[in-house]
Amino acid sequence: MNHLIVVPILLPFLTALLIMLPPVHYSPWRRRIVSMLSTSILLIVCVLLLLQVLADGVTFYALGNWLPPFGIIMVADLVSVIMLCLTAFLALGAICYGSAGEDEKGSFFHPLFQFQVMGINGAFLTGDLFNLFVFFEVLLIASYALLIHAGGKNKTKAAVHYVVLNLTGSAIFLLALAVLYGTLGTLNIADMALKVADLPQENIMLVKVGGLMLLIVFALKAAILPLQFWLPATYASASAPVAALFAVMTKIGVYALLRVFTTIFGEHAGPLSGLATNWLWVFGLATLFLGALGVLASKDFRKLVANLVLVSVGSLVAMVAFQNTAANASVLFYTVHSTLICGALFLLADMIAVQRGKAADRLVAARRVNQPILLGSLFVLGAISVAGLPPFSGFIGKLMLLQAALDTEKQFWLWGVLLLSSLMVLVGLSRAGSTLFWRVSGMQKADERALPLQVFAVLWLLSASLLMMVFAGPLTALSFAGASQLGDVINTIRTILPASGVLP
Amino acid sequence: METLFALCIGFLTSCGVFLMLRGRTFPVVMGLTMLSYAVNLFIFSSGRLNLKGAVVLGTSDSYADPLPQALVLTAIVIGFAMTAFLVILAIRARADLGNDHVDGSMPEPRHAKKERQK
Repeated sequence: MNHLIVVPILLPFLTALLIMLPPVHYSPWRRRIVSMLSTSILLIVCVLLLLQVLADGVTFYALGNWLPPFGIIMVADLVSVIMLCLTAFLALGAICYGSAGEDEKGSFFHPLFQFQVMGINGAFLTGDLFNLFVFFEVLLIASYALLIHAGGKNKTKAAVHYVVLNLTGSAIFLLALAVLYGTLGTLNIADMALKVADLPQENIMLVKVGGLMLLIVFALKAAILPLQFWLPATYASASAPVAALFAVMTKIGVYALLRVFTTIFGEHAGPLSGLATNWLWVFGLATLFLGALGVLASKDFRKLVANLVLVSVGSLVAMVAFQNTAANASVLFYTVHSTLICGALFLLADMIAVQRGKAADRLVAARRVNQPILLGSLFVLGAISVAGLPPFSGFIGKLMLLQAALDTEKQFWLWGVLLLSSLMVLVGLSRAGSTLFWRVSGMQKADERALPLQVFAVLWLLSASLLMMVFAGPLTALSFAGASQLGDVINTIRTILPASGVLP
Repeated sequence: METLFALCIGFLTSCGVFLMLRGRTFPVVMGLTMLSYAVNLFIFSSGRLNLKGAVVLGTSDSYADPLPQALVLTAIVIGFAMTAFLVILAIRARADLGNDHVDGSMPEPRHAKKERQK
C-alpha cells in the first residue's frame, strides 16, 4: 500500500509532539528550526503526492487496512492534493513570520500551529464524513488556542464568539451526520454517493434535511452571508501568523461544499441532485457584495483584509453553484491565489502596524513608516494581485471565474456583481494605501525595522502570485484536470469501491 | 419508547437553544452542554431503537448497530473537551473584560438609555 497519503497528517502531528519534548522545547530557536524544517518537508511531501496523483489518478489509503465502505479511508485526488500543497506553502510562510518573534508572545505557538496544520490536512484528505467532523474539531481546538495567542481584550472577546459559534456548528454537523447515517447507512463519501442515487421514496425528504444541515455547517465555516458576522472581528484580532493560517480555514468550508455537493449530491443523485445550488448562488453573490462593502467601510487595514477574505469566499461559493468543470477549475485556481495573497496581506498589515506606532493599522494620519519603499512595494504587489488587475494571478483567476459564467443565464449577475465588487475593492485598497503611506503627520520616524525573516515570509507568499502568473498555462491545465476528476464521480466510486457491482 | 425518546431530545434541544440565546457566558455554556446531550441521544437513535440487542452477532435474537455507539463515544469525548475549553475561556473573558457578558460589555438597560436621552 502507498503510505505517502497519510504522511501529511502524521508529519505535523509528530512534529508537534517533538517540539514539546525537552531537547527541542528548551530553546526558542530549536523550536523554530524544527517547525520550519518539518513544514518544508511537508511541502515536499505534498508536491510528491501531487506528482503521484497526476501519474496514478485517484488513490486511497485504508487505515489499518480495513477496506471501504467499512473502514476509514484517506482519499488523495487532485483537488485534495492541490489544497494540501496550498496549506503547506501558506503554513511555511506563516511559520517563518511567526519565528521572527511573534511566537514568543505566548506559549506553545509551534505545537498548536502544527496541530492545526494536521487538522487542516486531515480535513482535506479524508474520505469519510464523520472523520471530516473529527478533523474539523482537531483544527478548531488548535485554532481556538491560537486565536488567543499573545492575549489581549480583543482576542478574548473574539474568541468567545468564535468558540460558541463553532460549537453550535459542530452540534448541527453531528445532527446532519446522524440523519444521513440513519437513512443512507454509511458515512463514506463515495458509498453515500452510490446510495443517494437509488433512495427509497420515503427517505428522500430526510436526506434532503441532512444535506441542507451540512450546508449550514459548511456555510458557517466558509463564512457565507447570514453566518459570516464572526469573521472580520476574529481575523482582525488574531495575531498576524495565525490570521495568515486562518486564511485557509474558510477555504476548507468551500472545499467541503465542493466535495459534498458535487460528489454526493451531484448530477447523478436523482431527485436530490443540485440540492443546494440555488442557496449557494444567491448567498454567494450576496457575501461577495457585502464583503466589498466591508472593504470600503473598514476603519483599519486588518479588518479590510478580513473583508477581502469574505470577497474571495463569496465569489468561490457563487462559482460552486455552477456545478460544471470550468467553474470548478476556476474555483481551484482562485482558491490557491486568494488564500496566499490574503495570507500575505495579513502579514504585511502587521509589519505596517508595527512601524506606525500608536496608530497601528488604523486608517488615519500617523507618523511615517520607517521603510516606505519596501513596505509600499509589497503593498502594491499584494493589492494589485488581490484586486485582480493585470498582470498578476488575481487577473488570471478572475478571468477564469468570468469565463466559466460566459453564455449562461447567470452571466449577467455574476459579471455584474463580481466586476462591481472588484471596483469597490480597488477603491478601498487605494484609499487604505494612500492613507497608510502618504497621510503622514510630522517628520519623526519610528526605529522599528522589518526583520529579514518577516520580509522573507511576505515575499514567499507574494511570490506565489508571480509564479502563478508565469506558470499560468500548466496551472490552469492542472485545475481543469482536478475539476474533471472531481466531476467524474463514477470513476471515483469505482476506484474506492471496486466490489460494488451496481454501477450504472 | 420512540415518543419518550423524541420528547427527551426535543426538550433538551429547546432548553439548549433557549439558554444559548442568553446574554451571559454561563447560561450559554449550559445551553451548549444540553444541546450536545440532545445531539448525542439523536446520533444514538440513528441506529434505530431496539431493546435487548447486543452488538455481537449470534448472541441475541436482534442485534444493534454498533457504529452509532462508536460515533456517540467520539462525539461525547470531543464535546467534553470543547466544553472544558469553553469554560476556561469564559473564566478568562470574565477576568480580561471585567464582566461575563458574551459581547464583552454589559448592554445599557432601557430605562437608563431613556434617562440619558432626556
